[in-house]
Amino acid sequence: MSVNTEFKPLIVAFCCNWCSYAGADLAGTNRLQYPADVKIIRVPCSCRVNPMFVLRAFQRGADGVILCGCHPGDCHYTSGNYFTRRRMALLFSMLDYMGIEKERTRVEWVSAAEGAKFAKTMNEFVETVTKLGENRRLEDLRCKKQS
Amino acid sequence: MQRIGVFVCHCGTNIAATVDVKAVAEELKNEPGVVFTADYQYMCSEAGQNLIQDTIRNERLTGVVVCSCSPRMHEATFRKAAAKAGLNSYMVEVANIREQCSWIHKDKVSGTEKAIILARAAIAKVQLNAPLTPGQTPVTKRALVIGGGIAGIQCALDIADAGYEVDIVEKKSTIGGKMTQIDKTFPTLDCASCILTPKMVEVAQNEKIHIYSYSEVEAVTGFVGNFDVKIRKKARYVDETKCTGCGECTTKCPMKKIPNEFNMGFDNRSAIYIPFAQAVPKVATIDPDHCNMLKNGKCGVCAKICTANAIDYKQQDQIIEEKYGAIVAATGYNHIDVSKYDEFAYNQSKDVVTSLEFERLMNAAGPTGGHLKRPSDGRDPKTIVFVQCVGSREAPPCAKGGKEYCSKICCMYTAKHAILVKDHYPDTNVYVFYIDVRTPGKLFDEFYRRAVEQYGVHYIKGMVGKVAPQGDGTLMVQASDLIANDQLHIKADMVVLAAAIEPDKSARHLATMLTASMDTNDFFTEAHAKLRPVESPTAGVFLAGVAQGPKDIPETVVQAGAAASKVIGLLSKDQLTGNPCVANPDELMCNGCSSCEKVCPYGAITYADKEFRQPDRTVAIRRVAQVNPAVCQGCGACTVACPSGAMDLKGFTNKQIMAEVDAICR
Repeated sequence: MSVNTEFKPLIVAFCCNWCSYAGADLAGTNRLQYPADVKIIRVPCSCRVNPMFVLRAFQRGADGVILCGCHPGDCHYTSGNYFTRRRMALLFSMLDYMGIEKERTRVEWVSAAEGAKFAKTMNEFVETVTKLGENRRLEDLRCKKQS
Repeated sequence: MQRIGVFVCHCGTNIAATVDVKAVAEELKNEPGVVFTADYQYMCSEAGQNLIQDTIRNERLTGVVVCSCSPRMHEATFRKAAAKAGLNSYMVEVANIREQCSWIHKDKVSGTEKAIILARAAIAKVQLNAPLTPGQTPVTKRALVIGGGIAGIQCALDIADAGYEVDIVEKKSTIGGKMTQIDKTFPTLDCASCILTPKMVEVAQNEKIHIYSYSEVEAVTGFVGNFDVKIRKKARYVDETKCTGCGECTTKCPMKKIPNEFNMGFDNRSAIYIPFAQAVPKVATIDPDHCNMLKNGKCGVCAKICTANAIDYKQQDQIIEEKYGAIVAATGYNHIDVSKYDEFAYNQSKDVVTSLEFERLMNAAGPTGGHLKRPSDGRDPKTIVFVQCVGSREAPPCAKGGKEYCSKICCMYTAKHAILVKDHYPDTNVYVFYIDVRTPGKLFDEFYRRAVEQYGVHYIKGMVGKVAPQGDGTLMVQASDLIANDQLHIKADMVVLAAAIEPDKSARHLATMLTASMDTNDFFTEAHAKLRPVESPTAGVFLAGVAQGPKDIPETVVQAGAAASKVIGLLSKDQLTGNPCVANPDELMCNGCSSCEKVCPYGAITYADKEFRQPDRTVAIRRVAQVNPAVCQGCGACTVACPSGAMDLKGFTNKQIMAEVDAICR
């Protein structure tokens, strides 16, 4: 039984290999601080992120999910981020309808040179999700941590 | 069940300072499938790699997780090490606990906790990894250099020297770039033309090099080793094969009042022109915006006098399609537009010039024959003020089009200008206003000190606040002297602005075509700032010259040579090892709906009719998706588009990513 500490959100970030993951690396290289609550999953392109992954994250207790890709027009695979933009617009509005606030989901464009933007985005996102508190909407209680 | 070994790197103190590496290694022992964990000072060192290899052999590992720096840094290193020990290299995963953990968190408790979670995700992924074998694709042994400045010239010469075919695409009518306009080069005061034009001739004479001048890249498709490029050869209305470059047409052309770009508009050229005497190729070009024949159908003088019969008013743009194995982007730079800086009165006075304009005024081949005269009245200037950092090193938001970066070359060329002025006209007063004087480079500081000590150039730390044209034709320069803490008023005859340099405007469009990344200033990004400085993150695309960042001529030549050596290394291979992480359809699940085909940016997906044995033992023929692994680049767009979940991406399968999500959210 742990002592009651302040709420720490669990954030899953999907980053495309070419821009945003490199941007996250640059944030690290420049020692820009952002909360440890953000856990990054590397995907080749933001369009690799299946809506299922986002749903799964919420089901397993994530409090926020963020997708990062290359800026429009700069996709390493030419058009992948456009697919992401459309798919996620649809998914996020559905999630909002289901009670997962729009603020818990986000798509951001971060280039390989924008380490500062990456850190800033993550700081903002963690702050927003922390204010919203724990997400229980989609959570599968069978996988709830024993505490 | 896999037998997984976990290796946690200290990276000196880079990781160990904020992550308790021993605790991470200890904690991960309890993960399912993990049979071995260890921590070590530097996993990427030879000893670290040996540790991985020995453990693979001794513990019969089937999967390896290295918790270290970014996979963008050392994934390839660890994969190679595993392969040497007989393990398929795609059974190795890297947990990024440096760039994305230890370097961004100061708290050791949360850092350690996060490192464990990231490692768990990697372990969960390795559990589902399958050995992958990359395919082989042939390499087209021909290189494309985009941009024909000194960067492109040097690069093409070096590639051709190694025996490979090279094409240069240059949008202007001649190669040579900015260096052709420069008078002398710092710090040796070599004549720029004397060292450049022989190289231009060498390019023209080299059998391996083909120049597409007055041409632009229209479209790029394909991938490393196999680029398909469309080049638009713009109509110059002169048959290149017939024109002898005699220049007779340029003297007879009646349209003579067109500002000459080569001389920065200080004199005029005709509508049919050869930019300068040493142009390569030395072929006339008709400017369609000013030619009376092309505009109104009246004139035709040049066609009448051309003895070679080279003029062709009906010439059309040509599209050339060519295959290349490697592409070098050497698109160069331009000076920013200084007219927005009202305080310097660039638009109000002809005697306020940019440094490149000043370069033409000093050039023996320039409009004044090398005699420095005021553009307004032709008088000899007695006092010249040089203003440094116009648009460079500006604080955001840079509303006037300035840049946050240092343009790097201005300090040195201003020192050169100052020395040249004092050398030719010793009684001229020369002032240089600077923020800092930056002279790192061989013999650079000595050169700058010569300007100050030997030639008596007045270097003043401070910025110019205002340049006000006076009634008598002089310019009143108001400036601050930061060291003497004084306000200065200098009556000058000329003001020279060291305008910031910016990447050529065409670079952004080119980067999109090449899918090469750029930074916020539109400079091409290199694959690694220190270790891969001439490669773009996009395989097969290389960078040379200012297109990658501000640099002077020697640095450009060095980088062009380095890019060339990378190109030669690529072209010397007969086969390229492809990326095995490609889309992989499950034929039993696929119902041939074509959803994947529509989203594929490469056209890698085709369909084939295949026979399937049904449960009732009959045979049905179904249309199923087929992926060409040589064309697929592994973006994964199709995997999400597939409504039946038949499409998956090797190396990043649905199950693997789900497992990572689960591990993180556990």
